[in-house]
Amino acid sequence: MVGALINQLLQGVLLGGLYTLFATGLSFSAGVMRFVNIAHGDFIVLACFALLTMTTTLGLHPIVAVVLLLPVAFAVGFTLQRFLLQRVVGEKILLVILVTFGLSIIIQNGLLEVYGADTHKVAGGWMETSTIALGPDVNVGLFSVLTFIAAVIVVGSLDLLLYRSGIGVKIRAVSDDVATADLIGLSSARIYGVAMGVSFVTIGIAAGFMSIWSNFDPSAGPTHLLIAFEVIVLGGLGSMWGSLAGGVVLGVAQTIGAQFDAAWQIMAGHIVFLAVLVVRPHGLFPRH
Amino acid sequence: MARTNAAVLQVEGLSVFYGDFKAVDGVDLSVNAGEIVSIIGANGAGKSTLLKAIIGQSNRVEGRVRFDGVDLAGRSTAEIVAGGVALVPEGRRLFASLSVEENLRLGWAVGRKGSIGFDEVWRLFPILEERRRQKAGLLSGGEQQMVALGRGLLANPRILLCDEISLGLAPIVINDLYAIIPTIKASGIAIVIVEQDITRSLAVADRFYCLLEGRVTLAGIPADTSRDAVMKHYFGE
Amino acid sequence: MTATQRALLNTLRLALAGVAIGLAAGPFFLADTQLGVLADFFSMLVLAIMWNLLAGYADIVTIGQHAFVGVGAYAFYAFAALAGVDPYLSIPLAGVVALIIAVPAMALLFRLRTAYLSIGTWVVAEVMMLGAGKIEAFGGGSGISVPIEILRAFGSTRSRRLATIYWLGFALAVFALGSTYLLLRSRFGVGLMAMRDNEESAASVGVNVTRARILCFLGVAPVLGITGAVITLQKLRIAPQASFSIVDWSVLITFIVVIGGIGTIEGPILGAIFFFVLREYLSDLGTWHLILLGVFSIAIILIDRRGIWGLVRRFALPADLIPIAHRSSSENTAVVEQAGLELP
Repeated sequence: MVGALINQLLQGVLLGGLYTLFATGLSFSAGVMRFVNIAHGDFIVLACFALLTMTTTLGLHPIVAVVLLLPVAFAVGFTLQRFLLQRVVGEKILLVILVTFGLSIIIQNGLLEVYGADTHKVAGGWMETSTIALGPDVNVGLFSVLTFIAAVIVVGSLDLLLYRSGIGVKIRAVSDDVATADLIGLSSARIYGVAMGVSFVTIGIAAGFMSIWSNFDPSAGPTHLLIAFEVIVLGGLGSMWGSLAGGVVLGVAQTIGAQFDAAWQIMAGHIVFLAVLVVRPHGLFPRH
Repeated sequence: MARTNAAVLQVEGLSVFYGDFKAVDGVDLSVNAGEIVSIIGANGAGKSTLLKAIIGQSNRVEGRVRFDGVDLAGRSTAEIVAGGVALVPEGRRLFASLSVEENLRLGWAVGRKGSIGFDEVWRLFPILEERRRQKAGLLSGGEQQMVALGRGLLANPRILLCDEISLGLAPIVINDLYAIIPTIKASGIAIVIVEQDITRSLAVADRFYCLLEGRVTLAGIPADTSRDAVMKHYFGE
Repeated sequence: MTATQRALLNTLRLALAGVAIGLAAGPFFLADTQLGVLADFFSMLVLAIMWNLLAGYADIVTIGQHAFVGVGAYAFYAFAALAGVDPYLSIPLAGVVALIIAVPAMALLFRLRTAYLSIGTWVVAEVMMLGAGKIEAFGGGSGISVPIEILRAFGSTRSRRLATIYWLGFALAVFALGSTYLLLRSRFGVGLMAMRDNEESAASVGVNVTRARILCFLGVAPVLGITGAVITLQKLRIAPQASFSIVDWSVLITFIVVIGGIGTIEGPILGAIFFFVLREYLSDLGTWHLILLGVFSIAIILIDRRGIWGLVRRFALPADLIPIAHRSSSENTAVVEQAGLELP
């Protein structure tokens, strides 16, 4: 009985790792550029389909595919920011919401056109099926552990990037006061581009794990956006490590909810989110 | 870096527009190497706008700005700063969540690389070295102004544009800041001081310009100009 | 303004009035299918006008207004089919329920800012939809049809029902347009337009921004609920995915308003017309029509954020077709402040 409960909790925590991966890119771009990319979830799904094509049509090993995808992801994010989003940034946030909303719809329907409405999954081979026994009645999937470790590494790396690197100082400067940054000679447009590029790299990593963890289809984007959104609001806007906490809370809430009723899984997450919002409107570990 | 009398900065017929509104109207001014030039004028006279236009932060500009003879038209602020023009913005404008050291490092990162480094800044402003790891937002007004000055200096500029560095500070603190100006001049950097406070800025300046409603109404040498004349052109008639 | 422009303006205004009168008499000369399409148009128009009021003026960009449409639909069913309340009365009651739900929703959502608020509205909509799908009395996940007795209250024959529903939709559209017009012309409305141009400046001249946003949100919710009830009469059933359809009641609405011209009163009308005309020709394109809409709306935002109406004003007309603007000094305010100068 206790073993079953511990199993559930562990599942929830590890699921939180996956959710954190969804969220870090969003937290990074939202924290720096003060806008939320509504198409964030759709870009994750787009990356999943890219990985699908690379592993099936091109026959690449999943890890190879992800490694090849990451620089492409950076380029896509940088270009998107520099040539599209930069033109509406700094003005009313409405415009960014509308543009990214439009992108979201375009990506979803574009994927629908190309891949059809079926769900897909990338085969993970031995990574996917192995389990680790932690004790009597307590087993965890190897892949979920790997995912959680990846989440910790990504969060830690972004934290290091922001607080211990030269580009990190510049990113935090434009995030503080973009007008002053431009005034003293920083090129905010270029720095925003780099930040978005980094955000997209994490999207690529998230897709790498998600495509193996579960099924996905063209319309899955919004669900992932909502998860990422709830994670970063739960964790506290602007806090990288807070996202990890937020992810775990959401993962555990959903897993426990699923115990009552499979259909309650998502609902449970939303309810916990709303509840925390009432009690702690700035999240669990707010930075600003 | 020869000390000639060539103009480091040459502004010719500069006009700056916000929509239909002309904030700066046909301004001519020049700054020579190693000079301190003061620009005085009341609130709203166009002083800050002028400096921002020089640094490349204005949209609609007519006329010309030359730096070391080179026309700055079309250059981005980042390019202009990297070329040797640094601005100490009005109101300090530090990055509050960054430490003193990080704020300074940014100045260094965007400028020319040269002889001024952290050691020189700590020597000028010893108290900042003590506070180097503190968040800039927690410093006093005077200390923040020092950081802003230090940030500008670390860019190793040929010309430093100072926008109202005495604003909101106590007289003692302003004294300390102005005491540093000659030291900066001695290292060969030309300085433009924009101020509402006439007395102090004219006391350090080699030459001055008076701005009223976007136009230069008076230009000359402080020693040769009567206080009455200055007042008249500061306020207009 | 030249004489030709004035003539053009007045002709257009007359034409608009003429069309409105013509539409009022619709059921007397239009075929059933046309009535159906127009009833659909009216619902979308109302939703567009409401979304525009929130997003274009009160700076509350919602991606979740379909929550209140769904609530209205389900509330209507609850009153009319389950509680046996008079069907006509059930419609405004649906609006009341939407208003009641709007209060706690607003208390929760207004803790979030800007884009987070937008996504928050989406979360609320998701919760509503999932919750509605759990209730057996409403047919659970697959929904339930509106009983024929309820429908008969709106007309004994199908044609009569279509006519009634058409008029309900028309009345709602006229109400939405009229009340928005009056609102924007009032003192409250001037405050809203100041907020639309620049929220900080508006606050500094005394506009109570928070109160304005609250009132707008609470004013819009019941209208959305009533629209949900009317839509249910058109669709003849309630179901989680359909009544709370994010595509129909949020996505398309957003596109319509953005393309037509956000923050203007003509925009939603133009956008709705544009969309319906496009739908006639694009319906066989399937997913491509959504892609095109997406591309189009992004392009419009980049070209002129006041949408098609913005382009019309820029190149053809010197003044608004539906006059609400007073000579805008807000632009001048913004300009002067940008220069860092004192206001006289």
